[in-house]
Amino acid sequence: MKFIAVIRQVPDGESRLKIEGGRVSLQGATLILDQMDEYAVEEALRLKEKHGGEAVVVGFGPERTEEAIRTALAMGMDRGIHVVAEGYVDPVTEAEALAEVLKEESPTLVLTGGQQADWDSQALGAALAEALGVPVVAWTTALELEGETAKAKHDLDEGAEWVRVRLPAVFTTQQGLNEPRYPTLPGIMKAKKKEIKKVAFGGRTRVEILEEAIQEKARLQKILDGKDPVAAAEELVRLLHEEAKVI
Amino acid sequence: MILVVLEHDGKTLRKGALEALTRARALSEALGLPVHGLLMGENAEGALEEARRYAAKVYLAKTGPYTAERFAEGLYQAGKEAKVIVAPSSRQSRAYTARVAYRLRAGLLEDTLESWAEGGEVYARRYAYLNRVLQTQKAALPVVLTVKPNTTPLAEPLAEAGQVEEVAVPEVATVEVLERLQEEKKGVSLTEADVVVTGGRGMGGPEAFGLVEELAALLGGAVGATRAVVDAGWRPYSEQVGQTGKTVQPSLYIALGVSGAVQHLAGMNKSKYIVAVNKDPEAPIFKHADYGIVGDVHQVLPALIQAVKKLKD
Repeated sequence: MKFIAVIRQVPDGESRLKIEGGRVSLQGATLILDQMDEYAVEEALRLKEKHGGEAVVVGFGPERTEEAIRTALAMGMDRGIHVVAEGYVDPVTEAEALAEVLKEESPTLVLTGGQQADWDSQALGAALAEALGVPVVAWTTALELEGETAKAKHDLDEGAEWVRVRLPAVFTTQQGLNEPRYPTLPGIMKAKKKEIKKVAFGGRTRVEILEEAIQEKARLQKILDGKDPVAAAEELVRLLHEEAKVI
Repeated sequence: MILVVLEHDGKTLRKGALEALTRARALSEALGLPVHGLLMGENAEGALEEARRYAAKVYLAKTGPYTAERFAEGLYQAGKEAKVIVAPSSRQSRAYTARVAYRLRAGLLEDTLESWAEGGEVYARRYAYLNRVLQTQKAALPVVLTVKPNTTPLAEPLAEAGQVEEVAVPEVATVEVLERLQEEKKGVSLTEADVVVTGGRGMGGPEAFGLVEELAALLGGAVGATRAVVDAGWRPYSEQVGQTGKTVQPSLYIALGVSGAVQHLAGMNKSKYIVAVNKDPEAPIFKHADYGIVGDVHQVLPALIQAVKKLKD
């Protein structure tokens, strides 16, 4: 059995973003393994621990993405593959490049995050499934292997459902699926020796980013003291009615 | 052709479908292409008469109930010749639009706030970096574009009813649905509400949400919840606001006992006005609030309800 987690490296949600020349600059930002992809790594590890086989991490992105791949290796993944691609690449083109690598690996199943914390894209898992010609289960919150099939619970727009799907398939992850483990010191030591195969990305993005601007709305920050809850509540309602005119 | 996915509930078109139509019509003028509609899924016939009032041609694809693969097949069969496909960005649409974008090797413009065409290319604005950055993108045709809810005026009906064309959809071996866990719907839908009242862990327990519901009802709004509240089982997942739940953009967002984690902010930081009530003056939510009360939510919330009632009298 082979379980693959597809990951990317993204800025930490708490880190300050800067704009330089009309584009986001990540200089000085803390870069991490995308937290949504961490669930994918954790799930691949759990499946391997339960069913045996191999857990492989596949990273997509610039040279620095190797750090995120090492994090996944330190968590316990067996080996890594890095598709080295500079700059923005749309999910369709990304899926095309990743599918080449994944087809060679013939995985039992593939996991990836439900949303990318930099491009806010939710398309990669489904595009990847299409590229591989297999089903996709999006926003998975529970996953069990049953022979040649998997039983999974996933979220819909309204409610959720349990499905059974023939493998291989692609699963996109989200919070709630598991609690990702931390890399241990021995894990970090071992990760240094694990193989990372480099693959050059040769595609061309179909979508171009022309401009980026920070959109953090300046807030009024009129904060009232609630020691007298009734007075504070009345003042708040007055402000919402007379000043903001929203009630 | 520009093809619009007309999402529906088996009776009427969803608001998102009417927003997608408006976007498609604007692109249609700039690109000189006609707008056609597509109905898929369970009881699609139920929405057919309404759909005909909005598009000169409506494709009826007999896909059966939703799975990403069935809907991707239906959309592909109706839209393989389309230059632009426009769909509302719902959780479900993201899976089938991405599959079709791959099949057509199309530029995928996700979750767009606005869009326009120039020189045969499609441009769009959207948020990125957990909703913190406004991004302008461009793609050559063919393009698959999804429309973020509540960004676009609703389309007006056309003078003449459109034609109907049935589309054959090959059987797709796909996921087998074992059990569907429906959530009971009540009041205004969260993503469409103009007022959202959200309770966080600071509410202390599920029983405190009775008052959250009362305030939401008074303001004609919907109830939201944070991840922690949903994980604790106090509220259903359908009410979760945040990165892994729903994204809302109401005129008024009231956060009660919510600390303001980045993942939560990503789901509501585009609200017009944000109000926070929290007993911790250092809670990050206050940095993102227009108005706030530092105080015990168990005392402030009943007082707020009284104050709103007083205003209404």
